[in-house]
Amino acid sequence: MSNPAELQYTKEHEWVRVEGDVATIGITKYAADALGEIVYVDLPKVGSSTTHMKICGEIESTKSVGELYAPMDGEVVEANDSLSGSPETINGDPFGEGWLVKIRFTQLPDLLSSSEYDAFIGE
Amino acid sequence: MLRTPLFDEHQGMGAAFTDFGGWEMPVRYGSDLDEHHAVRNSAGLFDISHMGEIRIKGEAAELLDYALVSKLSGMKDGKAKYTMICNADGKVIDDLIVYRIQTDEYLIVANAGNRHAVLVQLLNAAEHFEVEVTDESEQWVLLALQGPKATSVLNEFVDVDLEPLPYYSIASGKIGQTEVLLARTGYTGEDGFEIFIPDTEALKIFRALAVREEVRVCGLAARDTLRLEAGMPLYGHELTLDVNPFEAGLGRVVALDKDDFVGKVALEELKTQKNWKLYGLKGEGKRAARAEYEIYLPGGENPIGQVTSGALSPTLGYPVAMAYLDGSLELEIGSKLEADVRGTRIGYEVVELPFYRR
Repeated sequence: MSNPAELQYTKEHEWVRVEGDVATIGITKYAADALGEIVYVDLPKVGSSTTHMKICGEIESTKSVGELYAPMDGEVVEANDSLSGSPETINGDPFGEGWLVKIRFTQLPDLLSSSEYDAFIGE
Repeated sequence: MLRTPLFDEHQGMGAAFTDFGGWEMPVRYGSDLDEHHAVRNSAGLFDISHMGEIRIKGEAAELLDYALVSKLSGMKDGKAKYTMICNADGKVIDDLIVYRIQTDEYLIVANAGNRHAVLVQLLNAAEHFEVEVTDESEQWVLLALQGPKATSVLNEFVDVDLEPLPYYSIASGKIGQTEVLLARTGYTGEDGFEIFIPDTEALKIFRALAVREEVRVCGLAARDTLRLEAGMPLYGHELTLDVNPFEAGLGRVVALDKDDFVGKVALEELKTQKNWKLYGLKGEGKRAARAEYEIYLPGGENPIGQVTSGALSPTLGYPVAMAYLDGSLELEIGSKLEADVRGTRIGYEVVELPFYRR
């Protein structure tokens, strides 16, 4: 398992890809594996605002519920609606097709590099 | 934490592990949904060596009639029975499967986390009988091969014909040169076997079964959703020291017509009370109410009970739950309820248990 070097990470096991003032958010493979097969995703609505470290969604597997923490202040500009029909995409391709939301952010908090995140999860 | 003799094998297969009853057990090897569906459609192989095995010899029938709530002396040789061991207050210490090996010899399978409590209870009761109680848990690997193809696959390995063996029976046989016990029991709602194998011989048998095309190796995540769909209780959830067998809907296993037995006086009293009753619930949408979530009457302000187990059913596609609800309400099938799923009320209705029947 490898965490892509071009992404940044949070201690809540989310990844962040920054392009201009929009950040794409997903959960890491480590988080997806820990949850098990994902069966339901509740994502924030487009246009809703997010607050750093506030819960903005939920990810459920057969065995557990994971909360999605907003990694930054901003506004949701896109949500990956295809996940409602096939939430298991998050398990299969967590860093790609399994992305969750795009947030237009006002300010970026400190994020972890891939090597820092590797160390955080003990890889 | 305790590990089964097959731990290294599971690790080598890439299993993720979880703590269950003090044991470090495989929770899944890959996709727990695929493992679940494999059991419903073909066959799944589980290492359930965390379960405890206790053998009773001598006045075993007499001891068990006294220590457990069912009438075990009436069993025929080679039969299995689902029963419970209660304390003097009529509360459930554990649920058990009891196998009658022969007239004066029984084998009991207890839950991992309750093995010692069951053993203590049996040893205390054993003072009144000419009986030998032996904890054999460390000597056995217990594998479960479950699913519509389990019997045909296992039949190719054993020297006895398993097809005619009735459900809830046990037979001895050989796999290669290894003497094993083959019980047609399980915890998935499918046909299948639980196979008792001497620990030193288990790895090669596990491997031989695991490589079969029809067989998928499964973890405890799938085992839990399978047993939930089949409406089977899990100790620590539906059964605890706070409930009695009648509340759990398992009054049928209590033989109140027996002579004195542990818990009899309390159970006679408890039979007429229904403080709580275990219900099966079916939810709307895809969000599952899970253990400890509260249940309400529609629009109700005060909870009428709590979920003990809940998940989005992989087989049925909707959320299912078992819940203890106020027994005085006497809810009927179809009654509308609500679950508080992390701050949102989700519609549920009372349905028959089990949710799934093969």
